[in-house]
Amino acid sequence: MPNMNPKKTPIPEQEPGVRSKNFEEVSLGYTEAMAKEEAERCLHCKNQPCVSGCPVGVHIPDFIRSVAEGDMEGAYQTIKLTNSLPAVCGRVCPQENQCEQKCVRGIKGEPVGIGRLERFAADWHMKNGKDEEFHVEKNGRKVAVIGAGPAGLTCAGDLAAMGYSVTVFEALHAAGGVLMYGIPQFRLPKEIVQKEIDALKQKGVEIQTDMVIGKVLSVDELFEMGYEAIFVGTGAGLPSFMNIPGESLIGVYSANEFLTRINLMKAYKPEYDTPMIEPKRVAVVGGGNVAMDAARTSLRLGAEKVYIVYRRAEEQMPARREEVHHAKEEGVEFNLLCNPVAIHGDEGGKVESIECIRMELGEPDASGRRKPIPIEGSNFKLPVDCVVMAIGNSPNPLIRSTTEGLEANRHGCIVVDEKTMQTSREGVYAAGDAVSGAATVILAMGGGKDAARSIDQYIRSKH
Amino acid sequence: MFSVIEKRKLNDSMTLMVVDAPFIAKKAKAGQFIILRVNEFGERIPLTIADYDREKGTVTIIYQIVGKTTMLLDQLNVGDGILDFIGPLGKASELEGYHRAAVIGGGAGCAIAYPQSKALHQMGAKVDMIAGFRSRDIIILEDEMRAASDSLTVMTDDGSNGNKGFVTDALKKNIEKGANYDLVVAIGPLVMMRAVCNLTKEYGIKTIVSMNPIMIDGTGMCGGCRLTVGGKTRFACVDGPDFDGHEVDFDETIKRSRTYAEMEKQAAHDFKCHLMESVENA
Repeated sequence: MPNMNPKKTPIPEQEPGVRSKNFEEVSLGYTEAMAKEEAERCLHCKNQPCVSGCPVGVHIPDFIRSVAEGDMEGAYQTIKLTNSLPAVCGRVCPQENQCEQKCVRGIKGEPVGIGRLERFAADWHMKNGKDEEFHVEKNGRKVAVIGAGPAGLTCAGDLAAMGYSVTVFEALHAAGGVLMYGIPQFRLPKEIVQKEIDALKQKGVEIQTDMVIGKVLSVDELFEMGYEAIFVGTGAGLPSFMNIPGESLIGVYSANEFLTRINLMKAYKPEYDTPMIEPKRVAVVGGGNVAMDAARTSLRLGAEKVYIVYRRAEEQMPARREEVHHAKEEGVEFNLLCNPVAIHGDEGGKVESIECIRMELGEPDASGRRKPIPIEGSNFKLPVDCVVMAIGNSPNPLIRSTTEGLEANRHGCIVVDEKTMQTSREGVYAAGDAVSGAATVILAMGGGKDAARSIDQYIRSKH
Repeated sequence: MFSVIEKRKLNDSMTLMVVDAPFIAKKAKAGQFIILRVNEFGERIPLTIADYDREKGTVTIIYQIVGKTTMLLDQLNVGDGILDFIGPLGKASELEGYHRAAVIGGGAGCAIAYPQSKALHQMGAKVDMIAGFRSRDIIILEDEMRAASDSLTVMTDDGSNGNKGFVTDALKKNIEKGANYDLVVAIGPLVMMRAVCNLTKEYGIKTIVSMNPIMIDGTGMCGGCRLTVGGKTRFACVDGPDFDGHEVDFDETIKRSRTYAEMEKQAAHDFKCHLMESVENA
């Protein structure tokens, strides 16, 4: 008999007042008993709507059954069949818009906590499980993957499992992409990302860091070196700014720079040399997950006041509900329906305040969201010494600007065949944010998987 | 790890280092830069490529010891390794098609100005090189600069080498004597580059400057190296590092360059103190 509690089994978390002062993980994860209790809420529907909501098609009811039966390793192995980064996805996937949105239990009450269970199984394995020796016969074919983020790592893992020799080229000094430089420690511990990367290396995937493809080697040179296909997963690493006065003042950061200094360069740890201003009052502009991450990071750096400045209403915020909720609990103040028009500084060029204008919502725009319209004369200033622009990124231009014949659209996104992920260049495939513009980890992974399948077909068709 | 192949002190605060980096050496061009990280706890800092040897697979950097990172770098000796060495980044300088050029270097900037002069000279331009230093005892690369140009003028702030004044004084003199420059290249401290640009603007001479702002990744990702050029936001790492000096908003760039000045001073101070302690305790 399933557990008919309409609510999800609560997940233990650090107290807001405590966690807003440390970089430890916010959510502590289920105990074994909690996981079993939650797993028993699954109805094991015949048509498995949850699976159709998962971009990588995790066999959700199957793994949940294993958890309910206490076979945690079995649960993990089931997830791993289709998802190469379960510990990451269990933490950062927008489950509420994917698998959990389709869960039948969600019709009358809360859906099954699929993400929490996925995280539990992955963590259980990391603690108790043993990775089996990986034996795949090499097929003697080489594939290059550009970018060691979620898309590239997934593609590399799948290809390695098929017997390909895969080399991943990463521009930064650490693999992981946005998982390393973007998402903060308190939401996704870097040790977990590192373990996933180490597991890939055990599979024989070679990762070369410090290699800026497009500069040090071109796509054509990779082909000359014997790579038979190339996957481009270079992400959306080009920050947008608002082009308002004062954006070059000292204390104005792109969310990328702000988060990279903290996450990748560990500016919050005294033993690291990365310099970082110590903001007292921070305005974070934007309403997505990145904005929430930057705001909550600011609190942890010791800021006394942290504002979110977002031009629409809370319902339109693209951030996950859970992240908005966490940010509020920790004391982030939300300035909704207002938009920055200028940043003001002192004589030394340091930020003193951000000037905003209030907005009202008009008719829906092309994206279907109601368009914000400024209310004349409603300007006001927030006194701040730091502003973080978290208004989005466009795809990094390095590869497309140095690769002939690689077609991109007017937003700079690489154009691919949606089914095969093939670009306008033969043998070159792409996925992730480089194709979609800034999206989610799991969508990037889904794209990486599709590309791996196509690359396999492509190479086999040639021989 | 990227091995240090050669290390040579140029003066009290400047060092030349040749690093084993075959992939970068194969692709490097004048005007491009690398980003390095000395060790796991280190910052990522950009340094311009001073020279390269494609056959030996080496890249030469010249750095001035100004803060903790360059102090750490300077502790490395031949055979030691630099943890991360990334490049070649940025666009190569566009130096073709000029007839008469002045190449100006200020202090450590001479290390970058000198290969530019060499490149222009090899492309057939007549090149006057002007180098500026605080005093005679810190002059670097004098013979190299002389060999890479048609004429070399070395100015010192204190006149200790006989030529007292700023690089702009020498440049102005050349222009007024009738040097018909179609290009000026200025590389050095921001205030020096600004002064050169102010002067050449009066005479309408095209001027290229090499910008070296605060930077993390060097691939356009962080946006930390942004500067205003011709009223537009540009990223030095992917759009530069060379820019039209008459379009650069130097006042803004100078302010931004001071973002971490106090912290860096403190870090360098603390680092020196610890060094002294370890020397005393040894």
